[in-house]
Amino acid sequence: MSERTDYLDLDTKDETFLDATELVLNMGPQHPSTHGVLRVILKLDGEKVLGTECVIGYLHRGVEKIAENRTYAMFNPYVDRMDYVAAVSNGLGYCEAVEKLLNVEAPPRAQYIRVILTELCRIASHQVWLGTHALDIGAITPLFYCFRDREEVLKIFEKYCGARLTTHAFRIGGCIYEAYEGFEQDCKKFCDAFLPKLDEYEELLTTNRIWVERTKGVGILNPEDCIALGVTGPVLRASGVKWDLRKAQPYESYKDFDFEIPTGLNGDTYDRYLVRIEEMRQAVRIIRQAVDGLPQGPIMAKVPKVIKPPVGEVYHSIEAPKGELGYFIVSDASTQPYRIRVRPPSFVNLQALDKMVRGLLVADVVAVIGTLDIVLGEVDR
Amino acid sequence: MSLTPLLRKIFLVDLVKGLKVTFHYQPPSEAITEQYPLERPVIFERFRGQPRLNSNPDTGESLCIVCNLCALACPEQLIVVKGERNPATKRKEVVSWTYDLSRCMFCGLCEEACSTDALELTQDYEMALYSREGMVLDQAALERGPEPEKYAK
Repeated sequence: MSERTDYLDLDTKDETFLDATELVLNMGPQHPSTHGVLRVILKLDGEKVLGTECVIGYLHRGVEKIAENRTYAMFNPYVDRMDYVAAVSNGLGYCEAVEKLLNVEAPPRAQYIRVILTELCRIASHQVWLGTHALDIGAITPLFYCFRDREEVLKIFEKYCGARLTTHAFRIGGCIYEAYEGFEQDCKKFCDAFLPKLDEYEELLTTNRIWVERTKGVGILNPEDCIALGVTGPVLRASGVKWDLRKAQPYESYKDFDFEIPTGLNGDTYDRYLVRIEEMRQAVRIIRQAVDGLPQGPIMAKVPKVIKPPVGEVYHSIEAPKGELGYFIVSDASTQPYRIRVRPPSFVNLQALDKMVRGLLVADVVAVIGTLDIVLGEVDR
Repeated sequence: MSLTPLLRKIFLVDLVKGLKVTFHYQPPSEAITEQYPLERPVIFERFRGQPRLNSNPDTGESLCIVCNLCALACPEQLIVVKGERNPATKRKEVVSWTYDLSRCMFCGLCEEACSTDALELTQDYEMALYSREGMVLDQAALERGPEPEKYAK
């Protein structure tokens, strides 16, 4: 193991402080651009960033510990509270992991409904990302447009499962709610209305000179570093690595659908923006195919009322909007899990921050935090 | 070759393009803000809001049979049901029924567990209070159900 020499030493007093060569600055936890309660300690030379250190844990609620004292079905609503911007994806990952442990599979209709809602959730999550990221960089208009259009997705969620944000949409073994009357039409209507809106976002940003200047060449992450740091999701794909769990390890019914995995070339903030925009288009494609092919049949597999999985452990991961979301569950054949460990995408992606911002300016740190698309509820759990 | 980007730069083409989009949404018909207390949002049927204990509309008897399933299903253990068997009718009857609204996360597991449709999460969403008092609902409050406040213009 090589000794890390450039480590940020915050305890020793800086003798050269009066010469003002180096300055340690706290960014956050109460900072609107850190998307929650992230504290970044910046070591600066003027405006230039020499190093960063993230301090996390301000939103720690001990979700993994709570799981040890709840039954499998009871823990389901808690996972929505980790990545609260993409609650449906969290629920899907958890339900699938327990299903894998129980060795059951959701019926086809349930799988299709799950895919539709998860892809809608991906769109909603990316809309929040785009709105807040653009706001950080100085474009306020996309925020209003994104939240206006996200409302349509949330309405579909509310009609389907009765909640807008922390949805608790799926249950272990399938779905508990049948698609409501007009579900297909609502999804199709949303898809038709959303694509022109997406073009509008692009018109506002893609060629906008301020946007391009602020994002192009900022926070470059090369593919080797991405893989070494364990970065997943759009951040990894923007660096040119074609890795998407929906294609690599198809879960649910993703192998039935025809879609592309967008990848970037340079791995900078602008590429990550383009990749996410294209991902929204692909999500619309998947939703259209799933709605057209929605099979009839039951929506719940045969699952015992009291879930008691056999002794064993399981790891299951899905492609959440932010990257690979994994659940590791250890069962001791009781009604409560012995241990649940969550592999959240935001937490792992956040580690790339230091690599990305070294040598950049303070204002670029804001852009890089935005482009990583972190949700602190998921980082701290 | 380099003339077009230069001209685009001089005439601020990218900014004008963006402004065209924003001006497209200027007419008042495009306004989407809801003027909340005056204008109420549409709440859909499956919405999970304030809980209510249903009773039989003909006899006025509570539908709750004190099976305790909701209390067992609740992840936060905020429902406490106490019952006693009535020797005359040989049915279990509610002695006390409390629902701690301050801890509820409206997951709907209690509603799903209920075997008689007694417990229902209604479409009422205006549950904000100025203090914690009154957040633990007793049987009477639950049977009364939500009483949405009316705002006069």
